[in-house]
Amino acid sequence: MKYFPLVLSNLRRHRLRTVLTILSVALALFLFASLRTVVTQLEISSQLGAANRMVVQNATAFIFPLPQSYAARLASVPHVTGVTWANWFGGKYGDGKKFFGPFAIDAESYLDIYKNDFIVPPDQKEAFLRERTGVIVGPGLLKYFGWKIGDNVTIQGTIFPGDWTFTIRGTYSLKDPAYGDEQFLFHYDYLYEREKDKISPGWFILRIDDPAQAGVVAKTIDDQFRNSPAPTKTGTEQSFSAGFMTMFGNIQLLLGTIGMAVVFAILLIAANAMLMNQRERTAEVAVLKTVGFTDRTIFSLVIIEAAIIAMTGAVLGIGLAIILPKATNFNAFGFLPGFHVTNGTIMVGAAIALLLSAVSGFTPAYQAARMPVVKALRRVE
Amino acid sequence: MALVEIRNVYKSFQRETQSVDVYTGLSIDFEEGSFTALMGPSGSGKSTLLNLVAGLDKPTTGSVRVGGAEVSEMTTSQLATWRSRTIGFVFQSYNLLPVLTAEQNVELPLLLTNLGKRDRAERVAIALGVVGLSDRMDHYPRQLSGGQEQRVAIARAIVADPQLILLDEPTGQLDAKSSEEVLDLLQRLNEEFNKTIIVVTHDAKAAERAKTILHLEKGVLVERQVALEGAMR
Repeated sequence: MKYFPLVLSNLRRHRLRTVLTILSVALALFLFASLRTVVTQLEISSQLGAANRMVVQNATAFIFPLPQSYAARLASVPHVTGVTWANWFGGKYGDGKKFFGPFAIDAESYLDIYKNDFIVPPDQKEAFLRERTGVIVGPGLLKYFGWKIGDNVTIQGTIFPGDWTFTIRGTYSLKDPAYGDEQFLFHYDYLYEREKDKISPGWFILRIDDPAQAGVVAKTIDDQFRNSPAPTKTGTEQSFSAGFMTMFGNIQLLLGTIGMAVVFAILLIAANAMLMNQRERTAEVAVLKTVGFTDRTIFSLVIIEAAIIAMTGAVLGIGLAIILPKATNFNAFGFLPGFHVTNGTIMVGAAIALLLSAVSGFTPAYQAARMPVVKALRRVE
Repeated sequence: MALVEIRNVYKSFQRETQSVDVYTGLSIDFEEGSFTALMGPSGSGKSTLLNLVAGLDKPTTGSVRVGGAEVSEMTTSQLATWRSRTIGFVFQSYNLLPVLTAEQNVELPLLLTNLGKRDRAERVAIALGVVGLSDRMDHYPRQLSGGQEQRVAIARAIVADPQLILLDEPTGQLDAKSSEEVLDLLQRLNEEFNKTIIVVTHDAKAAERAKTILHLEKGVLVERQVALEGAMR
């Protein structure tokens, strides 16, 4: 503790350099934490889904619908214990700056199949089911727009143009935040009522009695519709999620390589600045040794100084990565619901900061500790 | 009684492929309470002698004893601790840490002791008082004149109350007035506080203040002058 003023004074020696070095570390660790969170979140999203749920989509492409008549035929497939369907609606509210994805769902069957994931209070569920223009809105979206249950909200349709007015009848809580707290789930019947012939289910969701039979179920369904006008592609909900994520291309690889290379480059620059800072003070180290400072004390002082820079940068960078998504409700336009920096990322970030302080502090500290005083003094005199 | 005993010291440096002998069997004693000026041309081994006494360098062979302790046989760690208690070192170019105030610079050797903050502050105040800079405690080196910087360096050298003060060209960068002030201070430390002082200098006026002047040439003690009480002042 008594050496702290000495360490502090050294940090204040080149204030601008110290601040810039800290900011470099902060930027690098902010990027690291953010990119790692995106990668982690993509992994979580691509694995999203229950083992006992399967998704049936149009084999041509996800964007093409399937006939409504498939519902009954899917329900009769062995091991299938429940069928529901949903449609991507596409819509915006107000100025449209806030992106969210409204879904038209077959209300009763959908809430039944997802009853363990979207937990809706019974009275709200009942009110929603009773009212064709009712909607269940995620807590995040309620908070963002300042909506409350009972409010009427009007959405401008983008795929299905026009004003669509809904009454908020309920909200939900989640067991797994990856399902997202910004869902906007309304009655498929309401959509069908207005669009009639233009509308049919976008995809079907099945509940099966035995996850081990998923392969057999998928083959049975796809074989059944192979020669129909709308052949199907059936898979587990997880494979559907993973397939959805691949629509973005191999973003994980992109972030994992280019992004991390940028982070690494910034860290090298910061480490170099810290090394340079120490190298300039070889003469002073010699003076301290002459006064009687041991090699060990000098080594510790240099390491502590590097650690303060790296850890301050880490706190700023990782802290910003934690706070910013919360403050801005960031969820990558709804594609990364539950976006948050995990404890694992915080730990790895802290480890990088420690490694940085060790790397940038160790070399000059070791050199300073090893350098014979007379040799160092010659530089002074 | 000798505080510093240098016995049969050989010291050589390796300069590229050649070995350069600095001393080939040097023996000198420095009495306790003495004030000695080491003079001689460049390369005569004056500063090397100072470094050997301070334990900053080691003899190739031979013995360097200070206050009965064999300096040449101590480890680096032992030397650092020993130096902080026994030696005060003053450089030609002051070598104050620019980021620390005069008070903090003087406090440095005391950080290595077990003294509490209040005791350290008291001692620093005394040391700065001795060198006449009580009113410059909060000044940074850049805010001080050369002479004042050197006096702060002397305060740093005496604050831990060492037996021996070693000075390497302490007036080399000072004007005549500042040199006089520093030399007066050294004389006072020697006479009033009974500090043993060894000063390396090219300056005849500085040497005149010493009780003994040793002339070194090519690592050999060629002349010893002992000043008569007050005659050389």
